[in-house]
Amino acid sequence: MTTATANTFTAKAGWRTRLADNERLLWPLMLAPAILYIVLLVGFPFFLSLFYSVSDVTVGSRSMSFVGLENFRRVVATDTFWTALKNTLIFTIVSQVFVLVFANILAMSLSADFRGKWLVRLLILLPWVAPISLGAIGWLWIYDSIYSVINWTGQALRLLGPNEWPIWLGQPTLAMVSIIIVQIWRIVPLATVILLAGLTSIPQDIHDAAAVDGAGFWRRTLQITFPLLLPITLVAVLFGIIFTFTDMIVVFLLTRGGPYDQTQVLATWAFFTGIQGGDLAGGAAVSLFLFPVLVAVAIVFLLLARRSEVT
Amino acid sequence: MTRRPFKLVRIARAGGHAGILVFFITFLAFPFYWMLMTTFKTTIDLHDVSKNPFLFNEPPTLEHLAVLFQDTQYLQWLINTGAVGIAVVLITLALAVPAGYALARMTGPWAQTLGIAIFLTYLVPPTILFIPFARIIATLGLQDSLWSLVLVYPSFTVPFCTWLLMGFFKAIPRDLEDAAMIDGLSRFGAFVKVVMPISLAGVLTSIIFAFTLVTQEFVYGVTFITSASSYTVSVGVPTFLVRGDVYFWGSMMGACLIASVPIAIIYNFFVDRFVAGFTVGAVK
Repeated sequence: MTTATANTFTAKAGWRTRLADNERLLWPLMLAPAILYIVLLVGFPFFLSLFYSVSDVTVGSRSMSFVGLENFRRVVATDTFWTALKNTLIFTIVSQVFVLVFANILAMSLSADFRGKWLVRLLILLPWVAPISLGAIGWLWIYDSIYSVINWTGQALRLLGPNEWPIWLGQPTLAMVSIIIVQIWRIVPLATVILLAGLTSIPQDIHDAAAVDGAGFWRRTLQITFPLLLPITLVAVLFGIIFTFTDMIVVFLLTRGGPYDQTQVLATWAFFTGIQGGDLAGGAAVSLFLFPVLVAVAIVFLLLARRSEVT
Repeated sequence: MTRRPFKLVRIARAGGHAGILVFFITFLAFPFYWMLMTTFKTTIDLHDVSKNPFLFNEPPTLEHLAVLFQDTQYLQWLINTGAVGIAVVLITLALAVPAGYALARMTGPWAQTLGIAIFLTYLVPPTILFIPFARIIATLGLQDSLWSLVLVYPSFTVPFCTWLLMGFFKAIPRDLEDAAMIDGLSRFGAFVKVVMPISLAGVLTSIIFAFTLVTQEFVYGVTFITSASSYTVSVGVPTFLVRGDVYFWGSMMGACLIASVPIAIIYNFFVDRFVAGFTVGAVK
């Protein structure tokens, strides 16, 4: 039908109408600007980054030469790199395990109807929707070495002794715990709303049928809800991993990688090396270590999308 | 529920439910409550460890907000954020609306793959690209200029909004366009005159999303911009207000609160649509 109408019009119209009716030309033309922008502003810088990592470029330099894998060798030879790699993995894995548990519990509590639900949802979404750099500053104040409200409350409730006053961001292990808490705080809302969307998509009939057959709450949860929720849980986890593994804001604002680089992650280390240290080549080499995880996540996404297309 | 549990069990269950919600609300919303308290407390009150910090031990004050607006460039940062946001939204719409529509109406195996490929570029993090960008921006002479942000931010708003809009356009029945074309509109004309007017919800969602992403962005901002007058809010508050030896906690918390709560409330209205975009068709 479409082609028939198109033909009658092309007969008497000029090139402009012909173009406006020719889908084979129209679609590529409508897509081209967006794709061009993405190629120029994502693709090109990415290849530049690959190029920098095998060169000796610095912030001020006018010329650069090829140095092969020298930057990678140099980066891998430092202790800070290995600390950063280890911390990035701990930061990601520990926070995402907690996110998964918390988000599941929270999503199930929110799937029931109750009064004031919209307000509860607004409150629990705050950490995700507010700019994270500002939320992190809120935590900086909560973790303050002198005025920490956590310590005050701990002492008031006798959880901390009168002389116990943990310096949250000043001791290596505690600092790591602190930044992981903030990352959990930030990602839980996103994972919760994603899981909630999954929960509401499970038809109530299935639950009812299972209940009639005598399945209790736990059995329904473990044998119906969790399996049906698996693909969407995977989506939530993938986003959590991406937004945690490649994040630098939380660490950058709370500890700056300190004390003594003990909370440094790959992303902050790339920033301190490449931007503040002016060693663009070294920074590019560090940041490229983020790439394999990105590729892995992208592949899982593609598999998921293919699966949902088939079913 | 088909079974009727005893009253006691029901009460226990309701209590457990409430307990879970109270725990999570406390954990997730506490920092914002704390910002609110800190903003209106006097400096003496803030610095008195012996008194209960949850109470106003001295009458609330507006002095921190006065300092924020009179002695810092906070207002300028808000204006900068708004200006960059509007420019990025316009660029995003100009690129993403046609692309999203083309992807929604294209047929063949490539259309879906192309759509996902575009979406995946949204996941390429600033922390991989900021190093080459630092030099690109310097070469273009855009350091310290808000234009650097206007140029770079669409690199993550366009992929996501294209994906989001593609979903919207797919939901519009083709019959509408076919009917319009029988009535004499061209293929493109049907898109502009028939599809666009009924897609305003999708366009509005994209506007909100692009704008909030701009307000949240930090990494590019802190990389490209070094002069205080060109900061956006999310960069200016953490870098400029913290840099001094003295921390003006009251003003800082006020700054965080003012910039985050309106965004949070607006975003909240659209969150279901974003989730639909995020879930990549894993939910049907």
